[in-house]
Amino acid sequence: MNRLAIPKTYKLYIGGKFPRSESGRVYEVLSHKGDFLANAAKGSRKDARDAVVAARSALPGWAGATAYNRGQVLYRIAELLEGRRVQFIDEIESSEGVNAAAASAQVDEAIDRWVWYAGWADKYVQVTGNANPVSGPFFNLSVPEPTGVVAIIAPQGRESLLGLVSAIAPALVAGNTVVVVANENAPLSAISLGEVLATSDVPGGVVNIVTGSPAEIAPWLASHADVNALDLIGAGDLDWVELQISAADTLKRVLLPEAGADAAAPALNRILAFTELKTVWHTKAVL
Amino acid sequence: MKFLDYAPAPESQALLNLKSDYGLFINGEFTAGRGTPFQTINPATEQQIAMIATANEADVDAAVSAARRAYNGVWSRLSGSDRGKYLFRIARLVQERARELAVAETLDNGKPIKETRDVDIPLVAAWFFYYAGWADKLDHAGVGPNPSSLGVAAQVIPWNFPLMMLAWKIAPALAAGNTVVLKPAETTSLTALLFAEILQQADLPAGVVNIITGDGSTGQALVNHPGVNKVAFTGSTSVGRAIARSVAGTDKKLSLELGGKGANIVFDDAPIDQAVEGIVRGIFFNQGHVCCAGSRLLVQESIHDDVIDRLKRRMQTLRLGDPLDKNTDIGAINSAEQLARIRELSDLGQQEGAERWSADCEIPENGFWFAPTIFTNVSTSHRIARDEIFGPVLSVLTFRTPAEAIAKANNTPYGLSAGIWSDKGSRILAIADKLRAGVIWANTFNQFDPSSPFGGYKESGYGREGGRHGLAAYLKPAVRSGSRSLAAADHATTPGSKKSASASKKSASAEKAAK
Amino acid sequence: MTSTPLATYQPDQRGLALIGGEATDANLRRYLHGIPGIDAVGLEARAADLGTRSIKTSSKRWAIDTIIGLIDLTTLEGADTPGKVRSLVAKALVPDPGDPGCPRVAAVCVYGDMVGAAVTALGSAHAAGGTAGGEVQRVRVAAVATAFPSGRASLAIKLADVRDAVAAGADEIDMVIDRGAFLAGRFGQVYDEIVAVKDACRRADGSMAHLKVILETGELNTYDNVRRASWLAILAGGDFIKTSTGKVAPAATLPVTLSMLEVVRDWHRLTGVRIGVKPAGGIRTSKDAIKYLVTVAETVGEEWLTPHLFRFGASSLLNDVLLQRQKMTTGHYSGPDYVTID
Repeated sequence: MNRLAIPKTYKLYIGGKFPRSESGRVYEVLSHKGDFLANAAKGSRKDARDAVVAARSALPGWAGATAYNRGQVLYRIAELLEGRRVQFIDEIESSEGVNAAAASAQVDEAIDRWVWYAGWADKYVQVTGNANPVSGPFFNLSVPEPTGVVAIIAPQGRESLLGLVSAIAPALVAGNTVVVVANENAPLSAISLGEVLATSDVPGGVVNIVTGSPAEIAPWLASHADVNALDLIGAGDLDWVELQISAADTLKRVLLPEAGADAAAPALNRILAFTELKTVWHTKAVL
Repeated sequence: MKFLDYAPAPESQALLNLKSDYGLFINGEFTAGRGTPFQTINPATEQQIAMIATANEADVDAAVSAARRAYNGVWSRLSGSDRGKYLFRIARLVQERARELAVAETLDNGKPIKETRDVDIPLVAAWFFYYAGWADKLDHAGVGPNPSSLGVAAQVIPWNFPLMMLAWKIAPALAAGNTVVLKPAETTSLTALLFAEILQQADLPAGVVNIITGDGSTGQALVNHPGVNKVAFTGSTSVGRAIARSVAGTDKKLSLELGGKGANIVFDDAPIDQAVEGIVRGIFFNQGHVCCAGSRLLVQESIHDDVIDRLKRRMQTLRLGDPLDKNTDIGAINSAEQLARIRELSDLGQQEGAERWSADCEIPENGFWFAPTIFTNVSTSHRIARDEIFGPVLSVLTFRTPAEAIAKANNTPYGLSAGIWSDKGSRILAIADKLRAGVIWANTFNQFDPSSPFGGYKESGYGREGGRHGLAAYLKPAVRSGSRSLAAADHATTPGSKKSASASKKSASAEKAAK
Repeated sequence: MTSTPLATYQPDQRGLALIGGEATDANLRRYLHGIPGIDAVGLEARAADLGTRSIKTSSKRWAIDTIIGLIDLTTLEGADTPGKVRSLVAKALVPDPGDPGCPRVAAVCVYGDMVGAAVTALGSAHAAGGTAGGEVQRVRVAAVATAFPSGRASLAIKLADVRDAVAAGADEIDMVIDRGAFLAGRFGQVYDEIVAVKDACRRADGSMAHLKVILETGELNTYDNVRRASWLAILAGGDFIKTSTGKVAPAATLPVTLSMLEVVRDWHRLTGVRIGVKPAGGIRTSKDAIKYLVTVAETVGEEWLTPHLFRFGASSLLNDVLLQRQKMTTGHYSGPDYVTID
């Protein structure tokens, strides 16, 4: 006799905890065939607001961690993902309707991408900072620093896990904290990733995952004055120009929607998009 | 006699050869504008210097078309080393005509001749010289191998450092291979037009740089023109915000260098006399018309009275008056509008309960002037502690601990500059780490260099000018193969420009459309 | 710092009151190391900025004459003779034979054994001859002492050197501090020596020769040291602080002088007492000297531009100033054959 399975309750991931939406709303997540998979929390603007608060309070610790430490914490995520391969493959198969080989390939690539980004944590400053030979008795150094709280609209197409990882990993490398609105139709791997993060060494609040409708939540994040940057990578089907205009009110750094084969391709520029270059001058004299 | 009443030492205007009317500089030639000409005045005397043309939309369109033709036909085909040679020529011509440019700048802007002579114009030459050498070394700009230019750059600059801002904009744009349409500020067009004459002397190909004059609507027409690929703006945060909105949804790459409310933090172990000099340089340099001015003095409570006493004493030696006099420290406020704003905010500071003190100085009868002023007993909630005054007005606040200094310094939507004064190196480095500002001066203030990136955090804008990073703001990576392999990604490195990733993608398609 | 009881102390007690105890190494170290530091880049930038002042026409005319009146016309050579000193004094009294309106210098500065020759040569023009000189400007005699320039002799020898010069008629004593002791942190020794020298400046009639304390800034090396030594010299009772002997490079520089003027300014803020400053060595042109005048006027105030509070220790400076003066008078450039060598 078959054992009756215990289905998972999929909730939000905010501040290191798994709350339900404050709105009490859920929405049905269906398989590619239209079968019921789960009730996901339908996040509200207030959930997004709480997520921004959590991200802001986690920022000093994460941005202030040593680069070596951030690199190890990010690498640890890859280790944990590796251990949960089967779960992710299973969720991807059922929700995206791909075969096991394709699902497996996606999970592998997502893991490899974490590793690739993790390795940048203690290098991007060296590669993109600069010692500047100013003409005067000054020591002058430019270093990139994290921008702050980054709101991300996760890619909404296929490859839900890889898209999500491709969007959040580069933002985390420099020490930013993240509020991400998950793939609306395929949110399961996002919530499962939240579970991975919760059991990893990533401090609570560094990554906050809100499931629900990007169209409903994104405008609140775009206009939120305590959000420093906005990644519209997965906002191609939304009215993203309006979001960009809204983000201009507090001069947020904005990355535009991407689509196509090389959307969200791993690149140093994705890390740098959420950094600020700081230049420090100091007088230099022996006398 | 009193020795300190130094006899007048006016710089000669004899070497100026100004015209009574200036046209637009489009496609290598001066042409009449189709808008209504306006006068540019000397803010120290309110006398007219010359009439300046206004570019209307048709003129803007002509300038952008000329820049596009020059881009397609000449500039994008030129070798990097030849582009560099033009820039070197320009640097030398600026050096040769430095005094003339300094006098013209002082006349038109109102800033003291000692600043235009010793700071503005030397930096203009340095900026061209620095970027000239980059033109044939773009592989090392941090954008990856074979980066490409963006196309036509629309550049709108402010009135506080007219020619210097022009250099900050034009030099990297041309080095990177772009062509330019630049609009100077309405009240300070003169030196940009003299610069156009220098471009003629340099024999720069027609259309590579176009200079169009006019008011805000000319600038608006320029940044909104569909034919531009890059918008670079320096000015107020409110206009910057409007530009960011207007380029939303377009392929234009944007850099913004906006306002600031810089904190100048003085610890109790500071080298006190140099700190006082730094406070003066931070807020009274260029009449405080400096986006990165140290307009908020954060002084440790235990030395507040001593610092203020020394500062007031020092301020009494500042010489306000004829900007052309070589001994003038404080020149004229650039315009009646700006003077009105400074007065309004200062009066507000007084109403809010801050204590106002101004250096004794004789205010000339004509022109726009404001005596160097400090406000003590300022609270973080006062308007004068939050709003950019953009004038010679300092707001003094106190702190008790380093943690409080950091918190107060960062308590602003701006994030352009900050100063730290202390003899303790470890504390300086740690505090520099924690300040949310793009430029931090430790035991100095208001230093600029073409090799040093400059730009803001938060609402002070994005993108950098100066240095390798300033060059990268005018470049995009070589078009990617579309491969998703990690190996290929190793080369897809782009600079610290905030919008590089998205803009490069989108402008890649714009490029195709434009050709 | 605005209201302080310090001004109520007797002058010779103010220093001790300020350091809060006896002039021990420890007390002095605590005080001198509590003084705010100097950032060399900022100090030099400020000095350079002051150096850009453009002094023209009537201001230049005033500056030129003022400079002449502030000069300690100096000869400090092993080869000095009474004849050389007579020649120097003649130049001091009549700097420009072609222009009787040209002011005299403030003093002649010689070695101790030449004081008698200088006094004799000055005759009735000697400052000590009387202060009610009418329109005749009297010239002082300054003597370097205390085993100048190195200062490497016993205290007894140094004091004898001072007494000798005072007895011979010196109006002013330019002493050197013990730089070795200062650099080794023996601040008490430096202090005590200045106090002893000051005491040796007392004449038989109870009046005092003016004491200038030479810091030899070129050997102190850092601006922080210059600032501390300046405080130390003032605390110990020096009437003037002087940069250099002229025998060590670098001698006077504008930033060093500025840093000393800042100490003098702060002492005045604290006590109301005005201390003099004398840059010496290396100032050779009127252009340079004018930069010093500007620096004095804008740092401590132009009331310091009097021989009681400011001097130039120089020899070749005078002739360059005279050339400038002739140019201003005649309207054309002069040449070295039109000024006298001393």
